[in-house]
Amino acid sequence: MDAVEQKILEEVAGIHEIPTGAYNIRSNGKSIGRNSSANIDIIPKGDGSGIEVHIKPGTRNESVHIPVILSQTGLNETVYNDFFIGQDSDVTIVAGCGIHNCGNQDSEHDGIHTFHIGKNARVKYIEKHYGEGDGNGARILNPVTDVHIEEGGTMEMDTVQIKGVDSTKRVTKAVLADNASVTVREKLMTHGNQYAETEFSVDMDGENSSANIISRSVAKDASKQVFKSVINGNNKCAGHSECDAIIMDEASVSAIPEITANHLDASLIHEAAIGKIAGDQLIKLMTLGLSEKEAEEQIVNGFLK
Amino acid sequence: MLELKNISFDVQDENDHESKGILKNVSLTIEDQKFIVITGPNGGGKSTMAKIIAGIEKPTSGQILLDGKDITDLDITERAKEGISFAFQQPVRFKGITVRDLINIASGEKLSTGQACKYLSEVGLCARDYIDREVNASLSGGELKRIEIATVLARGTKISVFDEPEAGIDLWSFHNLIKVFEKLHDQTNGSIVIISHQERILNIADKIVVIADGEVVQTGKKDEILPELLSGTGSCKYYGEEE
Repeated sequence: MDAVEQKILEEVAGIHEIPTGAYNIRSNGKSIGRNSSANIDIIPKGDGSGIEVHIKPGTRNESVHIPVILSQTGLNETVYNDFFIGQDSDVTIVAGCGIHNCGNQDSEHDGIHTFHIGKNARVKYIEKHYGEGDGNGARILNPVTDVHIEEGGTMEMDTVQIKGVDSTKRVTKAVLADNASVTVREKLMTHGNQYAETEFSVDMDGENSSANIISRSVAKDASKQVFKSVINGNNKCAGHSECDAIIMDEASVSAIPEITANHLDASLIHEAAIGKIAGDQLIKLMTLGLSEKEAEEQIVNGFLK
Repeated sequence: MLELKNISFDVQDENDHESKGILKNVSLTIEDQKFIVITGPNGGGKSTMAKIIAGIEKPTSGQILLDGKDITDLDITERAKEGISFAFQQPVRFKGITVRDLINIASGEKLSTGQACKYLSEVGLCARDYIDREVNASLSGGELKRIEIATVLARGTKISVFDEPEAGIDLWSFHNLIKVFEKLHDQTNGSIVIISHQERILNIADKIVVIADGEVVQTGKKDEILPELLSGTGSCKYYGEEE
């Protein structure tokens, strides 16, 4: 790995070198390192289109890292990764993609991740997107996360994209069985002329299933963001989605919520708030000695923390 | 020493666009290490005066001197750096910023947990329970008020201005709040200016200033002013909305 690749790896996966446990590191279209553990098997698909990750039932406190690095300009790839998480297991999966584009051609990585979460299994899924490089070529990421959760299973997803990605459309779909739950926390910051679209769709098919989707975003400069969330309550269930955005400069943010109750005992809530930084927040921090710009930074950093 | 000289503050009436004087040629001196309480009826101009001291509002005319230096044209940040602190009547809520963050910003350095907690303990909050909480809507009005006061304590500046610290506080919290100010009065090295309607706060003042209808109508020692205020028409306790 060279210095650029190492830096990206640290940004997207928080790791400095080869991680412990199971991992697959993909760089410029090829796997440059792979390790399975006793309980976690990582198997490349025969046609080279991605990997399968099999986690044995009852696997606890183990992690899987599958970072992706793109440092060649003009590379355009779609990868299909499938995760099979055995029942009663409790694991952390760290994915993420970083693009370093110094060239003039667009670089694009579209990761299609499908999760099959077994009965009573818990998954913490952390996904970070990052872009850098001063070329004119765009950095494009269009991840799809498709989640199927069986009875009593849980998925907690943290998705972060702070700066650097020029265009992104993120689609997350979840289907929940009885007592299954999904929590998604999205943090997003766009600047320049970036465009980010987020689309959540959750089907709560099972009794006592629940979904909680929380998006916090900051749109700076002339960037644009669109937040769509569709929550369908098809049984006795509880769903909540929340979109909270700060706009600055000439940015624009749209929040398009849709909640549908198809069952008498479905309880669904959507909250959305978009606005600039409140004047009294700035004033308060300025009375503590910060300049207006420093106050703004504190507020944005706190908001996306 | 903070001196307000001939301060006037006018606003345009929304209906008839007539200019209306909120403060009319007010002069006031805040001596070093004094505990001064400004009181008077709602709408009299007290909060405006506090905001003018902190630089949140600019006076239409007049001059503000801090230790002889003209600070009239300094903005909020510059005045904060010169040594003026301001506790809001309605503390601001933030998303994601924690009590620890605010106290660190206020003190101007990264404090250890022990140091940061000291300020919370001083305002009667069990520090461990609060230090990492977000300063958001999950905190009650009384808790927010005390955190607001803690940020001013953490700054430890020459001049601390508190705008109606008792407003919106329940009786139980109020009892604790009085203790905080009593302690502050005993221990402080700077000057304290409190805008208040509360007899118990007036009672610990070195000097009481009564502002009504945009003018200073009375200034004097507690012993001179307080009996008159309490025996006057009705009461000095103007519980009510902010100005």
